[in-house]
Amino acid sequence: MTRLSLADTRILKVQAGAGTRLTPKAKEAIAGYVFILPWLLGFLGLTLGPMLASLWLSFTKYNLLSPPQWIGIKNYLNLFSDSRFFHAVRITLIYVGVSVPLKLGFALLLAVLLNRGLRGLTIYRALFYVPSLLGSSVAIAILWRQMFGDSGLVNAALKAIGWHSPPSWLTDPSVSIYTLIALAVWEFGSPMIIFLAGLRQIPHDLYEAAQIDGAGRITQFIRVTIPLLTPLILFNLVLQMIGAFQAFTPAYIISGGTGGPVDGTLFYTLYLYQQAFGYLQMGYGAAMAWLLFLVVALFTGGIFLTSRFWVFYLEQSS
Amino acid sequence: MKSISILYRTRRATLHLLLIAGALLMLYPLLWMIASSFKPDADIFKHLGLIPHHATIANYVDGWTGLGTSFTRFFVNSAVLCALAVVGNLCSCTLAAFAFARLRFPLRRLFFACMLLTIMLPFQVTIVPQYILFRKLGWVGTILPIVAPKFLAVDAFFVFLLVQFIRTIPRELDDASKIDGCGPYRLFYFVVLPLTLPALATTAIFTFLWTWNDFFSQLLYLGSSARSYTVPVALQAFVDATSQSSWGQLLAMSVLSLVPIFGFFLAFQRLLLDGISTTGLKG
Repeated sequence: MTRLSLADTRILKVQAGAGTRLTPKAKEAIAGYVFILPWLLGFLGLTLGPMLASLWLSFTKYNLLSPPQWIGIKNYLNLFSDSRFFHAVRITLIYVGVSVPLKLGFALLLAVLLNRGLRGLTIYRALFYVPSLLGSSVAIAILWRQMFGDSGLVNAALKAIGWHSPPSWLTDPSVSIYTLIALAVWEFGSPMIIFLAGLRQIPHDLYEAAQIDGAGRITQFIRVTIPLLTPLILFNLVLQMIGAFQAFTPAYIISGGTGGPVDGTLFYTLYLYQQAFGYLQMGYGAAMAWLLFLVVALFTGGIFLTSRFWVFYLEQSS
Repeated sequence: MKSISILYRTRRATLHLLLIAGALLMLYPLLWMIASSFKPDADIFKHLGLIPHHATIANYVDGWTGLGTSFTRFFVNSAVLCALAVVGNLCSCTLAAFAFARLRFPLRRLFFACMLLTIMLPFQVTIVPQYILFRKLGWVGTILPIVAPKFLAVDAFFVFLLVQFIRTIPRELDDASKIDGCGPYRLFYFVVLPLTLPALATTAIFTFLWTWNDFFSQLLYLGSSARSYTVPVALQAFVDATSQSSWGQLLAMSVLSLVPIFGFFLAFQRLLLDGISTTGLKG
């Protein structure tokens, strides 16, 4: 009897020990949650929660003062009869569609020119990167506003080379968007640096093999360089496109927050800002935000879908 | 043989000339901005060259106090904001990155996928409810709506950057430290953290640059009192206040606002540019 009870207590003790002392696996899991806690709070409270709240708000009328009022899809219907909305969409698509390819084109061109074992590469790289570094600041937007003014630097230069009546960049709504496109293209430095890094990864023997096959410089560029850079072209394209859709500062500063002249620089984000925080149409703004999100997701998804036809990975081919 | 080397050299020289000309053309607006900030207003539009005919520092002296509140205040505000943002990102992003890269816990894969998706998310989708939330908390008009999210690793990009970096640290170190009796906490603090310093530096530099340049959230949250302005918001207010009349002062303050960014760039050029080429950070 006593022996048995002794054995019982031993078993009990072992079991109790297993209960209080955690297995290494459980310890690791707890530690994992401790480490991830700030991120998780931020994700739930500042990203996922607001995303869902934004979706819900997009079906309401809300001006911060009186409680949100459910109005169904009326915000979305109103968007489709809002001519300023369509104008903002058009301006933004022109901006994205013109600035992103030009920016990537310049980036690629300069990267190829710089990737020829030139002396002073690091200096050139730094110089061409400076606009990317500063470009998104308010200071540069102010400079741009000055440069493209009627008597600014750009028109003085155009007059000097013989264009007697250059456009009024900041007051003519049909050309004002191009000042913003010029600003975006000017910042080609960061994709250029990514391309440069990619060019250095291309194995040299591929060029040697191409030369033996009689390929000239241009054929080498089209048949070797471009295919091997396609993963980075895809990467830069997606990154720059998402960034371009969200551009805000230059349009705000150059137009003084109005999107003018005559809505000539009314970026989608600027119109969203005006609706949500200018007119306090929070529901309308949320609907615009969700549409933007869907469009960016569609474009990104579309690019990824087509990428299997034009993006080439070296490992696949061997 | 000799003619080939001459041909080669002339080609090189032409390329150099082209690149120098291109760089000059690109940087001319910046040089012109600096030059103009030392010119009297009347000369800015008259002389488009770089050498001021009547050099003066009046633009800097007058511009510094041109808004009523002095720019000292705005620079201090910006510096404080950036410092807090850097600290926040360094703490929260490193913690999360370590967990994703090294620890096994339930739902890890799901969370990791969520984290990656938030990198792509346009910030406009969350901005309206976030604003409403911060307004309810009474934070609008303070720096909290900008700083607090940094302590909650909302800049998922840096989490990703740090995960990628920590994954390159050899696992043998983990095993060795486990044999020595280290738990996950000591593994993080004594083994992984010291080895992550280069990526932490990249995170700190880019957080600083982006926060210094960020205009949207500072415009939205800092409120209308001039004493709470940061440098970008102050510059924007300056544009509204001067309306074309004192370009010289405006350009002078713009130049000054770029000095910290440029200084960071000169100091950390290598780290910055290598950071971009290895991780694809946008500048």
